[in-house]
Amino acid sequence: MDTAFLTRWIAGIADAVRAERDRLTELDAAIGDADHGANLDRGFGAAVQALADDPPAAPGALLRLVGGTLISRVGGASGPLYGTAFREAGRSLGSSGEASEVSLADLARALRAGLDGVTRLGSAAEGDKTMVDAFAPAVRALETAVSAGAGEREAFEAAASAALAGAEATVPMVARKGRASYLGPRSAGHEDPGAASCALIFAALCTADQGHG
Amino acid sequence: MLATTREREQLRNVKKLINSAETVVTDALRGLSAAHPGLRVDPDGRTVSRSGGPTPGKVGLVSGGGSGHEPLHAGFVGYGMLDAACPGEIFTSPVPGQMVTATAAADGGAGVLYVVKNYTGDVLNFELAADLCAEEGVEIASVLVDDDVAVRDSLHTAGRRGTGATVFVEKIAGAAAEGGASLAEVTRVAEEVNARSRSFGVALSACTTPASGRPTFELGETEIELGIGIHGEPGRSRSTMRDARELAAIALDAVDEDMPLSGDALVMVNGMGATPLIELYVVFAEVAEQLAGRGVRVARSLVGDYVTSLDMRGFSVTVCLLDEDLTRLWDAPVETPALRWGR
Repeated sequence: MDTAFLTRWIAGIADAVRAERDRLTELDAAIGDADHGANLDRGFGAAVQALADDPPAAPGALLRLVGGTLISRVGGASGPLYGTAFREAGRSLGSSGEASEVSLADLARALRAGLDGVTRLGSAAEGDKTMVDAFAPAVRALETAVSAGAGEREAFEAAASAALAGAEATVPMVARKGRASYLGPRSAGHEDPGAASCALIFAALCTADQGHG
Repeated sequence: MLATTREREQLRNVKKLINSAETVVTDALRGLSAAHPGLRVDPDGRTVSRSGGPTPGKVGLVSGGGSGHEPLHAGFVGYGMLDAACPGEIFTSPVPGQMVTATAAADGGAGVLYVVKNYTGDVLNFELAADLCAEEGVEIASVLVDDDVAVRDSLHTAGRRGTGATVFVEKIAGAAAEGGASLAEVTRVAEEVNARSRSFGVALSACTTPASGRPTFELGETEIELGIGIHGEPGRSRSTMRDARELAAIALDAVDEDMPLSGDALVMVNGMGATPLIELYVVFAEVAEQLAGRGVRVARSLVGDYVTSLDMRGFSVTVCLLDEDLTRLWDAPVETPALRWGR
Protein backbone atom coordinates (compact mmCIF):
# COMPACT_ATOMS: atom_id res chain seq x y z
CA MET A 1 0.00 0.00 0.00
CA ASP A 2 1.23 3.44 -0.93
CA THR A 3 0.32 7.03 -0.14
CA ALA A 4 -2.32 6.95 -2.88
CA PHE A 5 -4.06 4.07 -1.10
CA LEU A 6 -3.88 5.85 2.28
CA THR A 7 -5.11 9.10 0.76
CA ARG A 8 -8.10 7.18 -0.69
CA TRP A 9 -8.65 5.66 2.77
CA ILE A 10 -8.75 9.06 4.50
CA ALA A 11 -11.00 10.51 1.78
CA GLY A 12 -13.27 7.47 2.16
CA ILE A 13 -13.46 8.03 5.93
CA ALA A 14 -14.33 11.69 5.35
CA ASP A 15 -17.10 10.72 2.90
CA ALA A 16 -18.49 8.06 5.24
CA VAL A 17 -18.43 10.41 8.23
CA ARG A 18 -20.19 13.08 6.20
CA ALA A 19 -22.84 10.62 5.01
CA GLU A 20 -23.33 9.25 8.53
CA ARG A 21 -22.95 12.59 10.29
CA ASP A 22 -26.56 12.73 11.46
CA ARG A 23 -26.56 9.12 12.66
CA LEU A 24 -23.35 9.67 14.69
CA THR A 25 -24.79 12.84 16.17
CA GLU A 26 -28.03 10.99 16.94
CA LEU A 27 -26.12 8.24 18.77
CA ASP A 28 -24.18 10.91 20.67
CA ALA A 29 -27.37 12.77 21.60
CA ALA A 30 -28.69 9.64 23.30
CA ILE A 31 -25.76 9.20 25.68
CA GLY A 32 -23.46 12.17 25.13
CA ASP A 33 -23.69 15.70 23.87
CA ALA A 34 -24.79 15.44 20.24
CA ASP A 35 -21.67 16.65 18.48
CA HIS A 36 -19.69 13.56 17.42
CA GLY A 37 -20.84 13.70 13.78
CA ALA A 38 -20.13 17.40 13.40
CA ASN A 39 -16.71 17.18 15.08
CA LEU A 40 -15.45 14.24 13.02
CA ASP A 41 -16.85 15.72 9.82
CA ARG A 42 -14.84 18.89 10.48
CA GLY A 43 -11.72 16.89 11.40
CA PHE A 44 -11.58 14.42 8.53
CA GLY A 45 -12.58 17.16 6.09
CA ALA A 46 -9.57 19.13 7.33
CA ALA A 47 -7.36 16.03 7.03
CA VAL A 48 -8.37 15.53 3.37
CA GLN A 49 -7.57 19.20 2.75
CA ALA A 50 -4.21 18.94 4.51
CA LEU A 51 -3.23 15.95 2.36
CA ALA A 52 -4.26 17.82 -0.78
CA ASP A 53 -2.37 20.98 0.22
CA ASP A 54 0.88 19.26 0.95
CA PRO A 55 0.89 15.59 -0.12
CA PRO A 56 3.30 13.64 2.12
CA ALA A 57 5.85 11.48 0.32
CA ALA A 58 5.63 8.45 2.60
CA PRO A 59 2.89 6.45 4.36
CA GLY A 60 4.31 7.16 7.84
CA ALA A 61 4.40 10.90 7.25
CA LEU A 62 0.89 10.79 5.79
CA LEU A 63 -0.62 9.12 8.85
CA ARG A 64 1.24 11.52 11.15
CA LEU A 65 -0.15 14.51 9.23
CA VAL A 66 -3.68 13.10 9.52
CA GLY A 67 -3.19 12.57 13.27
CA GLY A 68 -1.82 16.06 13.81
CA THR A 69 -4.68 17.59 11.83
CA LEU A 70 -7.29 15.70 13.86
CA ILE A 71 -5.68 16.83 17.12
CA SER A 72 -5.60 20.44 16.01
CA ARG A 73 -9.09 20.56 14.49
CA VAL A 74 -11.54 18.21 16.21
CA GLY A 75 -11.48 19.08 19.91
CA GLY A 76 -13.47 17.11 22.44
CA ALA A 77 -12.17 13.69 23.41
CA SER A 78 -12.36 12.20 19.93
CA GLY A 79 -9.81 14.70 18.53
CA PRO A 80 -6.91 13.71 20.81
CA LEU A 81 -7.92 10.03 20.70
CA TYR A 82 -8.29 9.57 16.92
CA GLY A 83 -5.42 12.01 16.41
CA THR A 84 -3.18 9.90 18.63
CA ALA A 85 -4.31 6.72 16.85
CA PHE A 86 -3.20 8.03 13.45
CA ARG A 87 -0.09 9.72 14.78
CA GLU A 88 1.14 6.63 16.63
CA ALA A 89 0.30 4.48 13.61
CA GLY A 90 2.41 6.80 11.47
CA ARG A 91 5.24 6.83 13.98
CA SER A 92 5.34 3.05 14.23
CA LEU A 93 5.91 2.78 10.50
CA GLY A 94 9.22 4.43 11.27
CA SER A 95 11.83 3.95 8.62
CA SER A 96 9.82 1.37 6.69
CA GLY A 97 7.01 3.95 6.57
CA GLU A 98 9.34 6.37 4.90
CA ALA A 99 9.54 3.90 2.03
CA SER A 100 6.92 4.48 -0.61
CA GLU A 101 5.07 1.21 0.06
CA VAL A 102 4.03 -0.61 3.22
CA SER A 103 2.88 -4.21 3.50
CA LEU A 104 -0.33 -5.47 5.03
CA ALA A 105 1.73 -6.66 8.02
CA ASP A 106 3.19 -3.15 8.39
CA LEU A 107 -0.29 -1.65 8.39
CA ALA A 108 -1.54 -4.16 10.97
CA ARG A 109 1.44 -3.30 13.16
CA ALA A 110 0.79 0.42 12.70
CA LEU A 111 -2.87 0.11 13.65
CA ARG A 112 -1.88 -1.94 16.72
CA ALA A 113 0.41 0.95 17.73
CA GLY A 114 -2.47 3.36 17.13
CA LEU A 115 -4.75 1.28 19.34
CA ASP A 116 -2.10 1.17 22.07
CA GLY A 117 -1.84 4.96 21.89
CA VAL A 118 -5.60 5.32 22.32
CA THR A 119 -5.86 2.94 25.28
CA ARG A 120 -2.88 4.64 26.92
CA LEU A 121 -4.27 8.16 26.51
CA GLY A 122 -7.88 7.35 27.29
CA SER A 123 -7.14 4.47 29.69
CA ALA A 124 -10.13 2.60 28.28
CA ALA A 125 -10.33 -1.17 27.98
CA GLU A 126 -12.66 -3.34 25.92
CA GLY A 127 -16.07 -3.46 27.54
CA ASP A 128 -16.00 0.19 28.65
CA LYS A 129 -18.34 1.14 25.77
CA THR A 130 -15.87 3.26 23.80
CA MET A 131 -14.20 3.29 20.37
CA VAL A 132 -11.84 0.63 21.74
CA ASP A 133 -14.69 -1.91 21.54
CA ALA A 134 -14.60 -1.60 17.73
CA PHE A 135 -10.91 -0.75 17.35
CA ALA A 136 -9.45 -3.71 19.28
CA PRO A 137 -11.36 -6.56 17.55
CA ALA A 138 -10.66 -4.94 14.17
CA VAL A 139 -6.91 -4.88 14.82
CA ARG A 140 -7.04 -8.50 16.05
CA ALA A 141 -8.94 -9.54 12.90
CA LEU A 142 -6.35 -7.81 10.75
CA GLU A 143 -3.49 -9.52 12.60
CA THR A 144 -5.18 -12.91 12.28
CA ALA A 145 -5.66 -12.38 8.57
CA VAL A 146 -2.01 -11.40 8.18
CA SER A 147 -0.76 -14.53 9.97
CA ALA A 148 -3.11 -16.65 7.85
CA GLY A 149 -1.55 -15.13 4.76
CA ALA A 150 -4.79 -13.50 3.60
CA GLY A 151 -4.88 -10.96 0.82
CA GLU A 152 -5.67 -7.31 1.34
CA ARG A 153 -9.32 -7.48 0.41
CA GLU A 154 -9.99 -10.45 2.69
CA ALA A 155 -8.04 -8.88 5.58
CA PHE A 156 -9.82 -5.53 5.29
CA GLU A 157 -13.22 -7.21 5.10
CA ALA A 158 -12.42 -9.21 8.24
CA ALA A 159 -11.30 -6.05 10.07
CA ALA A 160 -14.35 -4.09 8.93
CA SER A 161 -16.83 -6.73 10.01
CA ALA A 162 -15.04 -7.20 13.34
CA ALA A 163 -15.25 -3.44 13.94
CA LEU A 164 -18.93 -3.39 13.01
CA ALA A 165 -19.71 -6.34 15.27
CA GLY A 166 -17.70 -4.67 18.04
CA ALA A 167 -19.66 -1.45 17.63
CA GLU A 168 -22.99 -3.29 17.69
CA ALA A 169 -21.88 -5.17 20.80
CA THR A 170 -21.63 -1.85 22.68
CA VAL A 171 -25.43 -1.49 22.66
CA PRO A 172 -26.15 -3.39 25.92
CA MET A 173 -22.96 -2.18 27.64
CA VAL A 174 -22.91 0.28 30.54
CA ALA A 175 -20.39 3.04 29.81
CA ARG A 176 -17.42 3.36 32.12
CA LYS A 177 -15.47 6.06 30.27
CA GLY A 178 -16.25 9.40 28.69
CA ARG A 179 -19.37 11.43 28.95
CA ALA A 180 -21.76 8.50 28.59
CA SER A 181 -20.45 7.10 31.88
CA TYR A 182 -22.33 9.82 33.78
CA LEU A 183 -25.55 8.05 32.83
CA GLY A 184 -24.54 4.81 34.54
CA PRO A 185 -27.06 2.04 33.76
CA ARG A 186 -29.05 4.43 31.59
CA SER A 187 -26.25 4.32 29.02
CA ALA A 188 -27.24 0.72 28.18
CA GLY A 189 -29.45 0.23 25.12
CA HIS A 190 -27.52 2.67 22.92
CA GLU A 191 -24.66 2.08 20.50
CA ASP A 192 -21.52 3.98 21.44
CA PRO A 193 -20.91 6.79 18.90
CA GLY A 194 -17.12 6.41 19.11
CA ALA A 195 -17.36 2.69 18.35
CA ALA A 196 -19.74 3.49 15.49
CA SER A 197 -17.33 6.00 13.93
CA CYS A 198 -14.45 3.56 14.42
CA ALA A 199 -16.41 0.98 12.40
CA LEU A 200 -16.71 3.54 9.58
CA ILE A 201 -12.93 4.00 9.61
CA PHE A 202 -12.32 0.27 9.12
CA ALA A 203 -15.10 -0.05 6.54
CA ALA A 204 -13.34 2.67 4.54
CA LEU A 205 -10.29 0.38 4.23
CA CYS A 206 -12.41 -1.89 1.99
CA THR A 207 -13.57 0.97 -0.22
CA ALA A 208 -10.02 2.29 -0.52
CA ASP A 209 -8.92 -1.21 -1.54
CA GLN A 210 -11.66 -1.52 -4.14
CA GLY A 211 -10.56 1.78 -5.60
CA HIS A 212 -7.12 0.27 -6.24
CA GLY A 213 -6.14 1.09 -9.83
CA MET B 1 -31.98 9.58 12.18
CA LEU B 2 -33.45 12.61 10.46
CA ALA B 3 -35.57 10.38 8.33
CA THR B 4 -38.66 12.34 7.47
CA THR B 5 -39.24 15.59 5.66
CA ARG B 6 -41.33 16.71 8.60
CA GLU B 7 -38.38 16.35 10.96
CA ARG B 8 -36.12 18.27 8.62
CA GLU B 9 -38.68 21.06 8.45
CA GLN B 10 -38.89 21.15 12.23
CA LEU B 11 -35.15 21.50 12.32
CA ARG B 12 -35.26 24.55 10.11
CA ASN B 13 -37.95 26.04 12.30
CA VAL B 14 -35.87 26.16 15.48
CA LYS B 15 -35.74 29.78 16.53
CA LYS B 16 -32.32 30.99 17.59
CA LEU B 17 -30.67 34.41 17.39
CA ILE B 18 -27.92 33.26 15.07
CA ASN B 19 -26.72 33.88 11.53
CA SER B 20 -25.82 30.25 10.93
CA ALA B 21 -25.11 27.23 13.10
CA GLU B 22 -21.53 27.09 11.79
CA THR B 23 -20.61 30.65 12.80
CA VAL B 24 -22.24 30.92 16.25
CA VAL B 25 -19.01 30.82 18.26
CA THR B 26 -17.11 33.21 15.98
CA ASP B 27 -20.04 35.64 15.80
CA ALA B 28 -20.45 35.63 19.58
CA LEU B 29 -16.74 36.35 20.01
CA ARG B 30 -17.09 39.29 17.61
CA GLY B 31 -19.81 40.56 19.91
CA LEU B 32 -17.69 40.01 23.01
CA SER B 33 -14.91 41.99 21.36
CA ALA B 34 -17.20 44.86 20.39
CA ALA B 35 -18.72 45.03 23.88
CA HIS B 36 -15.57 44.77 25.97
CA PRO B 37 -12.56 46.87 24.96
CA GLY B 38 -10.73 45.50 28.00
CA LEU B 39 -10.44 42.19 26.22
CA ARG B 40 -8.27 41.15 23.31
CA VAL B 41 -10.43 38.78 21.28
CA ASP B 42 -9.38 36.69 18.30
CA PRO B 43 -12.70 35.43 16.89
CA ASP B 44 -11.02 33.15 14.33
CA GLY B 45 -8.18 31.84 16.50
CA ARG B 46 -10.72 31.52 19.32
CA THR B 47 -8.78 33.04 22.17
CA VAL B 48 -9.71 35.79 24.61
CA SER B 49 -7.14 37.54 26.78
CA ARG B 50 -6.60 40.77 28.70
CA SER B 51 -5.97 43.66 26.31
CA GLY B 52 -2.88 44.70 28.30
CA GLY B 53 -1.19 41.34 27.72
CA PRO B 54 0.46 39.23 30.41
CA THR B 55 1.23 40.85 33.79
CA PRO B 56 5.00 40.56 34.33
CA GLY B 57 5.86 38.46 37.38
CA LYS B 58 2.28 37.30 37.95
CA VAL B 59 1.13 33.69 37.68
CA GLY B 60 -1.10 33.42 34.61
CA LEU B 61 -4.51 31.74 34.75
CA VAL B 62 -5.89 30.05 31.66
CA SER B 63 -9.13 28.21 31.28
CA GLY B 64 -11.22 26.98 28.43
CA GLY B 65 -13.87 24.54 27.45
CA GLY B 66 -16.72 24.06 25.06
CA SER B 67 -18.86 27.07 24.21
CA GLY B 68 -22.49 27.24 25.30
CA HIS B 69 -21.71 27.88 28.98
CA GLU B 70 -21.44 31.66 28.77
CA PRO B 71 -20.34 33.73 30.57
CA LEU B 72 -17.91 30.88 31.42
CA HIS B 73 -14.97 31.18 30.59
CA ALA B 74 -14.36 34.24 28.38
CA GLY B 75 -16.64 36.38 30.56
CA PHE B 76 -14.25 35.83 33.46
CA VAL B 77 -11.14 37.17 31.72
CA GLY B 78 -9.88 40.34 33.35
CA TYR B 79 -8.26 41.81 36.44
CA GLY B 80 -8.49 39.47 39.44
CA MET B 81 -9.59 36.42 37.50
CA LEU B 82 -8.40 34.75 34.26
CA ASP B 83 -5.63 36.03 32.00
CA ALA B 84 -6.87 34.13 28.98
CA ALA B 85 -9.58 31.74 27.86
CA CYS B 86 -10.09 29.57 24.81
CA PRO B 87 -13.64 28.69 23.79
CA GLY B 88 -14.18 25.50 21.78
CA GLU B 89 -17.07 24.64 19.53
CA ILE B 90 -20.43 24.33 21.30
CA PHE B 91 -19.99 21.73 24.08
CA THR B 92 -16.67 20.63 22.58
CA SER B 93 -13.31 21.07 24.23
CA PRO B 94 -10.99 23.56 22.53
CA VAL B 95 -7.92 22.18 20.73
CA PRO B 96 -4.33 22.27 22.01
CA GLY B 97 -3.27 25.03 19.58
CA GLN B 98 -5.78 27.45 21.11
CA MET B 99 -4.52 26.60 24.58
CA VAL B 100 -0.93 27.22 23.54
CA THR B 101 -1.88 30.67 22.18
CA ALA B 102 -3.82 31.44 25.36
CA THR B 103 -0.86 30.32 27.46
CA ALA B 104 1.45 32.74 25.63
CA ALA B 105 -1.07 35.54 26.27
CA ALA B 106 -1.12 34.69 29.99
CA ASP B 107 2.54 33.95 30.68
CA GLY B 108 4.09 36.73 32.74
CA GLY B 109 7.13 34.63 33.53
CA ALA B 110 5.89 33.15 36.83
CA GLY B 111 4.21 30.08 35.37
CA VAL B 112 0.68 29.39 34.17
CA LEU B 113 -2.15 27.51 35.89
CA TYR B 114 -4.73 25.70 33.76
CA VAL B 115 -8.19 25.51 35.29
CA VAL B 116 -9.66 22.39 33.69
CA LYS B 117 -13.19 21.09 34.14
CA ASN B 118 -13.12 17.34 34.52
CA TYR B 119 -14.38 16.10 31.16
CA THR B 120 -12.43 13.60 29.09
CA GLY B 121 -12.05 15.98 26.16
CA ASP B 122 -10.92 18.98 28.20
CA VAL B 123 -8.49 16.86 30.20
CA LEU B 124 -6.88 15.27 27.11
CA ASN B 125 -6.54 18.51 25.15
CA PHE B 126 -5.12 20.46 28.11
CA GLU B 127 -2.65 17.60 28.72
CA LEU B 128 -1.42 17.82 25.13
CA ALA B 129 -1.18 21.63 25.42
CA ALA B 130 0.73 21.42 28.72
CA ASP B 131 3.27 19.11 27.07
CA LEU B 132 3.72 21.52 24.15
CA CYS B 133 4.14 24.55 26.46
CA ALA B 134 6.50 22.74 28.81
CA GLU B 135 8.67 21.96 25.78
CA GLU B 136 8.77 25.72 25.18
CA GLY B 137 9.97 26.24 28.73
CA VAL B 138 6.77 27.56 30.31
CA GLU B 139 6.08 26.21 33.78
CA ILE B 140 2.56 24.75 33.70
CA ALA B 141 0.36 23.47 36.51
CA SER B 142 -3.22 22.23 36.23
CA VAL B 143 -6.15 22.01 38.57
CA LEU B 144 -9.08 19.73 37.81
CA VAL B 145 -12.48 20.99 38.87
CA ASP B 146 -14.87 18.13 39.76
CA ASP B 147 -17.61 19.41 42.03
CA ASP B 148 -20.73 17.73 40.65
CA VAL B 149 -22.08 15.30 43.24
CA ALA B 150 -24.62 13.87 40.78
CA VAL B 151 -21.89 11.57 39.44
CA ARG B 152 -21.90 9.03 42.20
CA ASP B 153 -19.64 6.20 41.21
CA SER B 154 -16.38 7.90 40.33
CA LEU B 155 -14.53 4.59 40.02
CA HIS B 156 -16.72 3.39 37.18
CA THR B 157 -17.12 6.67 35.34
CA ALA B 158 -14.96 9.43 33.93
CA GLY B 159 -15.22 10.93 37.42
CA ARG B 160 -17.18 13.88 38.68
CA ARG B 161 -17.91 16.71 36.30
CA GLY B 162 -16.67 20.25 36.72
CA THR B 163 -19.60 22.64 36.95
CA GLY B 164 -20.45 25.68 39.12
CA ALA B 165 -17.35 25.55 41.32
CA THR B 166 -15.31 26.56 38.27
CA VAL B 167 -16.43 30.16 38.86
CA PHE B 168 -15.25 29.99 42.48
CA VAL B 169 -11.91 28.44 41.52
CA GLU B 170 -11.27 31.04 38.82
CA LYS B 171 -12.22 33.96 41.09
CA ILE B 172 -10.36 32.85 44.20
CA ALA B 173 -7.23 31.51 42.47
CA GLY B 174 -7.29 34.63 40.27
CA ALA B 175 -7.22 36.84 43.35
CA ALA B 176 -4.34 34.83 44.80
CA ALA B 177 -2.39 35.24 41.55
CA GLU B 178 -3.15 38.96 41.42
CA GLY B 179 -1.85 39.21 44.99
CA GLY B 180 1.53 37.85 43.90
CA ALA B 181 1.27 34.24 45.08
CA SER B 182 3.60 31.68 43.50
CA LEU B 183 2.42 29.05 41.02
CA ALA B 184 2.53 26.39 43.75
CA GLU B 185 0.49 28.57 46.09
CA VAL B 186 -2.10 29.55 43.46
CA THR B 187 -2.44 25.87 42.54
CA ARG B 188 -2.92 24.92 46.19
CA VAL B 189 -5.62 27.58 46.65
CA ALA B 190 -7.40 26.41 43.48
CA GLU B 191 -7.32 22.80 44.68
CA GLU B 192 -8.61 23.84 48.09
CA VAL B 193 -11.57 25.73 46.61
CA ASN B 194 -12.44 22.68 44.52
CA ALA B 195 -12.12 20.37 47.53
CA ARG B 196 -14.46 22.58 49.55
CA SER B 197 -17.11 22.95 46.82
CA ARG B 198 -20.00 20.76 45.69
CA SER B 199 -22.77 21.26 43.13
CA PHE B 200 -26.04 19.69 42.06
CA GLY B 201 -28.21 20.65 39.09
CA VAL B 202 -31.83 20.25 38.04
CA ALA B 203 -33.27 20.70 34.54
CA LEU B 204 -36.86 21.54 33.69
CA SER B 205 -36.08 21.29 29.99
CA ALA B 206 -33.21 20.07 27.81
CA CYS B 207 -31.17 22.43 25.66
CA THR B 208 -30.98 22.61 21.87
CA THR B 209 -27.61 22.91 20.16
CA PRO B 210 -27.58 25.11 17.04
CA ALA B 211 -26.05 22.29 14.98
CA SER B 212 -28.62 19.60 15.78
CA GLY B 213 -31.62 21.89 16.13
CA ARG B 214 -33.36 19.49 18.47
CA PRO B 215 -33.47 19.08 22.26
CA THR B 216 -30.65 16.90 23.60
CA PHE B 217 -33.15 14.81 25.53
CA GLU B 218 -36.90 14.61 25.78
CA LEU B 219 -38.80 15.55 28.91
CA GLY B 220 -42.54 15.08 29.27
CA GLU B 221 -44.82 17.95 30.30
CA THR B 222 -44.42 17.29 34.01
CA GLU B 223 -41.00 15.59 33.99
CA ILE B 224 -37.73 17.00 35.29
CA GLU B 225 -34.17 15.70 35.14
CA LEU B 226 -32.20 15.54 38.40
CA GLY B 227 -28.41 15.68 38.57
CA ILE B 228 -27.81 17.14 35.14
CA GLY B 229 -24.47 18.21 33.79
CA ILE B 230 -23.88 21.32 31.73
CA HIS B 231 -23.76 19.79 28.25
CA GLY B 232 -27.36 18.87 27.80
CA GLU B 233 -26.48 15.33 28.75
CA PRO B 234 -29.23 13.62 30.71
CA GLY B 235 -28.76 13.43 34.47
CA ARG B 236 -28.81 11.00 37.36
CA SER B 237 -32.53 10.27 37.25
CA ARG B 238 -35.87 11.49 36.03
CA SER B 239 -38.59 12.70 38.32
CA THR B 240 -41.82 14.64 38.31
CA MET B 241 -42.07 18.40 38.68
CA ARG B 242 -42.27 19.70 42.22
CA ASP B 243 -42.07 23.09 43.91
CA ALA B 244 -38.92 25.16 44.44
CA ARG B 245 -38.78 24.26 48.14
CA GLU B 246 -38.59 20.55 47.38
CA LEU B 247 -36.13 20.98 44.52
CA ALA B 248 -33.83 23.05 46.73
CA ALA B 249 -34.03 20.31 49.36
CA ILE B 250 -33.14 17.61 46.82
CA ALA B 251 -30.09 19.61 45.69
CA LEU B 252 -28.93 20.44 49.22
CA ASP B 253 -29.45 16.85 50.41
CA ALA B 254 -27.24 15.62 47.58
CA VAL B 255 -24.54 18.16 48.46
CA ASP B 256 -24.78 17.60 52.20
CA GLU B 257 -24.67 13.82 51.84
CA ASP B 258 -21.36 14.18 50.04
CA MET B 259 -19.82 17.01 52.05
CA PRO B 260 -21.36 17.64 55.47
CA LEU B 261 -22.32 21.32 55.55
CA SER B 262 -21.42 23.65 58.39
CA GLY B 263 -20.02 27.09 59.10
CA ASP B 264 -19.78 29.93 56.57
CA ALA B 265 -20.52 29.25 52.94
CA LEU B 266 -20.27 30.88 49.56
CA VAL B 267 -23.48 29.86 47.79
CA MET B 268 -24.38 30.18 44.14
CA VAL B 269 -27.78 29.56 42.62
CA ASN B 270 -26.94 29.42 38.96
CA GLY B 271 -29.33 29.62 36.03
CA MET B 272 -28.89 27.12 33.19
CA GLY B 273 -29.49 29.73 30.50
CA ALA B 274 -33.25 30.09 30.07
CA THR B 275 -34.46 30.39 33.65
CA PRO B 276 -36.12 33.66 34.68
CA LEU B 277 -34.13 35.47 37.36
CA ILE B 278 -37.23 35.73 39.52
CA GLU B 279 -37.31 31.92 39.71
CA LEU B 280 -33.63 31.79 40.65
CA TYR B 281 -34.40 34.13 43.55
CA VAL B 282 -37.30 31.91 44.59
CA VAL B 283 -34.84 29.00 44.68
CA PHE B 284 -32.23 31.08 46.50
CA ALA B 285 -34.75 31.97 49.22
CA GLU B 286 -35.35 28.26 49.81
CA VAL B 287 -31.65 27.42 49.67
CA ALA B 288 -30.74 30.15 52.17
CA GLU B 289 -33.53 29.20 54.57
CA GLN B 290 -32.76 25.50 54.41
CA LEU B 291 -29.04 26.11 54.83
CA ALA B 292 -29.78 28.17 57.95
CA GLY B 293 -31.80 25.20 59.19
CA ARG B 294 -28.74 23.03 58.69
CA GLY B 295 -26.58 25.44 60.67
CA VAL B 296 -24.88 27.02 57.67
CA ARG B 297 -24.48 30.77 57.29
CA VAL B 298 -24.64 32.18 53.76
CA ALA B 299 -21.62 34.46 54.04
CA ARG B 300 -21.32 35.30 50.34
CA SER B 301 -23.63 34.63 47.42
CA LEU B 302 -24.15 34.74 43.67
CA VAL B 303 -27.51 34.50 41.92
CA GLY B 304 -27.70 34.52 38.13
CA ASP B 305 -26.45 32.90 34.94
CA TYR B 306 -22.76 32.00 35.38
CA VAL B 307 -22.30 28.46 34.06
CA THR B 308 -25.06 27.90 31.55
CA SER B 309 -26.11 25.15 29.19
CA LEU B 310 -27.41 27.10 26.17
CA ASP B 311 -31.20 27.43 26.49
CA MET B 312 -31.73 24.84 29.19
CA ARG B 313 -34.26 25.73 31.89
CA GLY B 314 -33.21 24.83 35.38
CA PHE B 315 -30.70 25.68 38.04
CA SER B 316 -27.70 24.40 39.90
CA VAL B 317 -26.65 25.04 43.48
CA THR B 318 -22.98 25.27 44.37
CA VAL B 319 -21.79 25.50 47.97
CA CYS B 320 -18.20 26.30 48.96
CA LEU B 321 -17.28 26.11 52.63
CA LEU B 322 -15.28 29.27 53.34
CA ASP B 323 -12.48 30.09 55.71
CA GLU B 324 -11.02 33.53 56.37
CA ASP B 325 -8.41 33.38 53.60
CA LEU B 326 -10.84 32.19 50.96
CA THR B 327 -13.36 34.86 51.99
CA ARG B 328 -10.70 37.55 51.68
CA LEU B 329 -9.72 36.29 48.24
CA TRP B 330 -13.39 36.13 47.16
CA ASP B 331 -13.84 39.76 48.28
CA ALA B 332 -10.71 40.97 46.47
CA PRO B 333 -11.31 43.31 43.51
CA VAL B 334 -12.31 41.77 40.20
CA GLU B 335 -13.05 43.38 36.86
CA THR B 336 -14.34 41.06 34.15
CA PRO B 337 -17.38 41.21 31.85
CA ALA B 338 -19.40 38.91 34.11
CA LEU B 339 -18.05 39.56 37.60
CA ARG B 340 -16.88 42.92 38.86
CA TRP B 341 -16.56 44.57 42.24
CA GLY B 342 -14.19 46.52 44.46
CA ARG B 343 -12.30 48.37 41.77
